[in-house]
Amino acid sequence: MQESVKPNGITPSQTVGPFFKYGLTPNGEYAWNDAFTNSTLTPDVTGDRIRIEGRVFDGDGVAVPDCMLEIWQADAQGRFADPQDKRALPNASFRGFARCGTDKDGNYAFETIKPGAVPDPDGKPQAPHILLAVFGRGMLRHLYTRIYFSDEAGNAADPVLALVPGDRRATLTAVREAGKPVYRLDLRLQGDDETVFFEM
Amino acid sequence: MTFIYPVDSNKAHPLPLSPDYKSSIKRAPNKPLIPMRHTLSELTGPVYGHETVREGDNDLTTQHAGEPIGERIIVHGHVRDEDGRGVPNSLIEIWQANSCGRYVHVRDQHPAPLDPNFTGAGRTVSDASGYYRFVTIKPGAYPWGNHHNAWRPAHIHLSVFGYSFVTRLVTQMYFPNDPLFPFDPIFNSVPDEKARARMVSSFDLENTKPEWALCYRFDIVLRGKNATPMENH
Repeated sequence: MQESVKPNGITPSQTVGPFFKYGLTPNGEYAWNDAFTNSTLTPDVTGDRIRIEGRVFDGDGVAVPDCMLEIWQADAQGRFADPQDKRALPNASFRGFARCGTDKDGNYAFETIKPGAVPDPDGKPQAPHILLAVFGRGMLRHLYTRIYFSDEAGNAADPVLALVPGDRRATLTAVREAGKPVYRLDLRLQGDDETVFFEM
Repeated sequence: MTFIYPVDSNKAHPLPLSPDYKSSIKRAPNKPLIPMRHTLSELTGPVYGHETVREGDNDLTTQHAGEPIGERIIVHGHVRDEDGRGVPNSLIEIWQANSCGRYVHVRDQHPAPLDPNFTGAGRTVSDASGYYRFVTIKPGAYPWGNHHNAWRPAHIHLSVFGYSFVTRLVTQMYFPNDPLFPFDPIFNSVPDEKARARMVSSFDLENTKPEWALCYRFDIVLRGKNATPMENH
């Protein structure tokens, strides 16, 4: 049986290309419905509701109008909506995943909640963070990064941020706007201030 | 079962910078990726059940009033992990050009006709054994501006989730024996020949439906191995 043959490796990645919008982020502009939106919010979700927004730039500082971004995060109690996280899930319908395409000026935005702290493999708390995957034309595989928050004291002791040279940590830190539940983080795919991407 | 995701498996993927693919030149990071241990954040991932997918979403030929023009095909296979086990309940999204090589996307300028009966988007969820199936139209090759006389081999874009955020995969499924393979910088961005072959579907006569549609098999292998503790060996 073909089914029992052990694969000789994984399926390689290929670029999402320039024309994914009608399939992955149609947003009412094509004859297809969205499986996902840019919001993780559900009526029963608890925690601080926030907006994360910014722009995506290429190595020339030009806005990238055809990126797709995906986020994955814990709820406000630091628990994931995945049976592999064995702890109880207080937010029954919270999924923790959202998807967004950039607009013509490279803008993106997510509506979500501030995640709680998640333990690292040694049981040490990580500072609140969101995983971010970046897809785009010209990107043969998506890139992984993390979003941290400027108003979290736990950043100083975060074991993943500690892997990042001090002068690059700002590329992972969304900055809170004064008086508003809005955080801002621009992504730079290449160049001086290039966003930190992780091998994972 | 607990899965591990060896970073070495990523060697099958293209490097971020592949200069023959012009768009990668200004969009690939210059600095090396920073290695990190997988934490619970990386080891978990979005779980989407059948409610994400509507009846008929896996048939791209029945979304409009009439039938699309072109060669009707069945595309099916299994989503598997690196040990060969089926990956159940995994969302698979596809999008593609029509039979003339034209995308419905507003920015596609290729002067080939649009088909009012074909959008080119579909989705399904793998079953308990990891099996999935689509019915669609064979996409056409199309020109693109990467270099002189550049043509993309016919392909279907696929997006797959798997067990965790690190198994996330976006790829392209190609058709066997395409004469454009040697000239395509995206296909050839995958450095290993055997890995490139894993992006090519195989013709499946056994599951070809007489008087109706040719069938192609495409198995998708995601990251993930059984993390059997050493003391059990």
